[in-house]
Amino acid sequence: MADPRLELIDRRLSTIDRIIAVCSGKGGVGKSVVASTMALLLSRRGLKVGLLDLDFTCPATHIILGVGDAMPEEERGLIPPEVNGLEYMSLIYYTAGRPTPLRGVDISNAIVELLSITRWGRLNHLIVDMPPGLGDATLELLRLIPGMEFLIVTTPSRVAFQTVRRLIELLRHLDRRIIGVVENMVMESSKPIRGEVEALSLRYLGSIPFDPGLEEALGDAEALLETRFAEALEGVVSALLPD
Amino acid sequence: MMSMHEWALAEGVVAAVSRIAEEQGLRKVTEVTVRIGELQQVDREILIFAIDQLRSPIMRDAKIIVEEAPARLRCRVCGHTWRFNPRGLEEDVSEAIHFIPEVAHAYLTCPNCGSPDFEVLEGRGIWLASVKGLRGDG
Repeated sequence: MADPRLELIDRRLSTIDRIIAVCSGKGGVGKSVVASTMALLLSRRGLKVGLLDLDFTCPATHIILGVGDAMPEEERGLIPPEVNGLEYMSLIYYTAGRPTPLRGVDISNAIVELLSITRWGRLNHLIVDMPPGLGDATLELLRLIPGMEFLIVTTPSRVAFQTVRRLIELLRHLDRRIIGVVENMVMESSKPIRGEVEALSLRYLGSIPFDPGLEEALGDAEALLETRFAEALEGVVSALLPD
Repeated sequence: MMSMHEWALAEGVVAAVSRIAEEQGLRKVTEVTVRIGELQQVDREILIFAIDQLRSPIMRDAKIIVEEAPARLRCRVCGHTWRFNPRGLEEDVSEAIHFIPEVAHAYLTCPNCGSPDFEVLEGRGIWLASVKGLRGDG
């Protein structure tokens, strides 16, 4: 007759001003590190920020942030622990680092479960790290969170951008708000992507140079914020916020 | 262990009952049937208690029925079907499955061929099975 969990999702998300999905048509473009660093940068500006990792089968934000052994508190649902100043939620708390192969129906169910039992605090921003592509997680969030905004990550590669173009087309067809496109891992100035983005009448949020020092900083939030990568991402964060 | 999660689920049940009662024009709900799956290991007594505490006025006198469904799993590789048995699981594993039943795929494998690619045929989680009540002035 009815799935009682669906009744709770709007209520659980009602304490959050903006929900921003960091997404891409393609894997390996740096969504997770963009999402994590952006969350840290927003938090450093004094905003209340949450980070939700929905890449269930290949989660990465816990490695990027160095989450350690934090666990949610159980109180009429799950209260996310604070990690580096962020309210942080992921399936990794419950999978003990094991491979967790999930088919579409399981991914949908786990998203509904997580959204319906997680009790976020009062947040200005919830950043959602999405799995790549137009699969189950993307469709499920389009269904469950109509007000969600999308920040799209690409690389200078035409291969990546062609997948992004399809994602943009879908989001536009569904009339969803696209904040803009971030070009990550840029090795030399690449006018083509900026031009392509602007030709779609979308905001080009910035060019993030490939930073060889980034790998070394993963797992340490303070070190991450000192990288050239984070410095370049500051501009993107400013573009997210009203003046 | 595992006590307060039932409150979150009960909150969902009460909200769903209220919405359905309104949609169906019920002035009073007389009976609510909830089905809980064995995989999620929802504590029946706590769930009933929590629904009872959270009742909305329209379901004040409703009888709350909670039916338990066995968890049956089927391997997608070899087709073997088996019943989930929570006994013998470590407490933290049991608790993880309680919160998010899908993480069962991190811990359980087909007893016949060892694959983690199984489907839950029935008995996953919580489901509102029926809402009965009185319409209009009747």
